[in-house]
Amino acid sequence: MSEKTITVSVNGAYMTRTIEARTLLSDFLRQDLCLTGTHIGCEHGVCGACTVILDGRSARSCLTLAVQADGSEIETIEGQGSVDKLGRIQEAFREHHGLQCGFCTPGFIMAITDLLRHHPLETDEEIREALSGNICRCTGYENIVNAVRELAKERGPLE
Amino acid sequence: MNRHAGGTKRVEEVSFAGEVADDMKPAQFDYIAPTTIDEVAAALAAAEGEGKIIAGGQSLMPMINFRLVKPTILIDINRVAGLDRIELHGDRVRIGATVRHHMTAADAIIRQHLPIVHEAMHHVAHMTVRNRGTFCGSVAHADPATEMPMMTRFLGGTVIAYSQRGRREIPAAEFFVGSLVNSLEPDEFVIRVELDAMRPDAGWGFEEFAKRHGDFALACFATTLHCVDGMASDVRVGMMGVGETPLRLEEIEGIIEGTDVSEPVLDMVADRLAGILMPNTDIHASADYRRHLSGVLAKRALRAAWSRAKTKGFKHNE
Ligand SMILES: Cc1cc2nc3c(=O)[nH]c(=O)nc-3n(C[C@H](O)[C@H](O)[C@H](O)COP(=O)(O)OP(=O)(O)OC[C@H]3O[C@@H](n4cnc5c(N)ncnc54)[C@H](O)[C@@H]3O)c2cc1C
Ligand code: FES
Ligand code: FES
Repeated sequence: MSEKTITVSVNGAYMTRTIEARTLLSDFLRQDLCLTGTHIGCEHGVCGACTVILDGRSARSCLTLAVQADGSEIETIEGQGSVDKLGRIQEAFREHHGLQCGFCTPGFIMAITDLLRHHPLETDEEIREALSGNICRCTGYENIVNAVRELAKERGPLE
Repeated sequence: MNRHAGGTKRVEEVSFAGEVADDMKPAQFDYIAPTTIDEVAAALAAAEGEGKIIAGGQSLMPMINFRLVKPTILIDINRVAGLDRIELHGDRVRIGATVRHHMTAADAIIRQHLPIVHEAMHHVAHMTVRNRGTFCGSVAHADPATEMPMMTRFLGGTVIAYSQRGRREIPAAEFFVGSLVNSLEPDEFVIRVELDAMRPDAGWGFEEFAKRHGDFALACFATTLHCVDGMASDVRVGMMGVGETPLRLEEIEGIIEGTDVSEPVLDMVADRLAGILMPNTDIHASADYRRHLSGVLAKRALRAAWSRAKTKGFKHNE
């Protein structure tokens, strides 16, 4: 068995753990760090439920090894807000009914975090394309698109 | 077995009739993240064919999670310095092994010298996959329904491989051997891919059909050509999704070369494509549908390319 010791920053806190080389970042977050907000749907990169931010850009945590994240900064859904004080994207989802069962929601919110930082999001077509890597079986997407449209308007043009 | 079973911290390997149950978790492997190409080459040589390079992991990790591949060691090239560049060298564009899809899509050299690649990148997967996946990883993966192998094949691409034995230049025609099969030796890896830059007067057309945006293509037709004295010259045609490897179709290029790319010429192209393509039937589409689609996409791409070329074309005696 090949073990590695890694140090990562998760939502601003440094964590050091010894893990097997084969540990997926998704399992590392959920099992080793008990951060179960990151969901696992398909484990082959298709559904987007496991999306986190890795060094500033969204990544599939099921397609990343924890050992690859050594020295990196990770942001997860736990860093967005709490039940008492929702983050802005979470609030927009609540206002627009952007979730039903909520299984896909952490992945959407982390992907949207990246979108709002790096993408112009000027048209609905662009918003829909940008969200196409995340699957939701409940909402039919319309309310998620509505939430993102409002968030993009609030943010204004990039730069 | 249920991997969510209460309290189990790690997935155990369970025997079913002597086989290891695939539990959507990777089998054991060692891992190394070298910082120079020589260390990568040494690790690959030491692994004696049992090692795998990991770049973006966007194709490899799904296969590892399902235990379709079980390398003894993963050699991570993401920390190797100097491979993350796109550069123009004379009339060739060089794309390094850790250049990610989002970088290629936004790059100024690509935009100016390979506008067709810039266009193609927008059909590749989704934002989050584009953040990690690499151009060279896609080429090495050699999926015949993906954009980057196709661009490499039809834009005169060369794959630059490296091993302890030195550097080897592999023309794209020899690199893509079959579906998911390339001609790298077990101790070689890709340090970069080089493509012909397009001439400033080139017209281009790129037409892809996929069921949803970012899905793998059912068929795709790409072309670059030039308008000299009102006639098509230096025509290149590539296709993907319709064969075991990405295709460059010299016979189709020959039909278009020297013509005015009029509708009768386009009809001839569509007819000939239906004759020479041998696509597969699978759950996504039948072979007949793919053949028909190829003709439709060819016409659209050639019309777009010709109208771009005409606005930039030149006449010798004017
Ligand atoms: C949901 C989803 C949708 C996708 N849709 C598309 C799409 O529409 N179009 C498309 O083109 N792709 C698509 N992809 C694949 C994506 O583009 C991958 O990033 C790409 O195919 C592989 O690049 P990578 O860097 O991730 O390679 P990896 O996954 O790291 O490696 C893939 C293979 O290539 C080998 N390899 C990688 N780099 C090298 C190297 N430098 N030298 C030698 N061998 C190497 C590996 O050993 C492995 O066998 C999709 C992926 C996902 C998960
Ligand atoms: S669990 Fe990672 S993409 Fe589905
Ligand atoms: S809210 Fe149920 S899957 Fe999206």
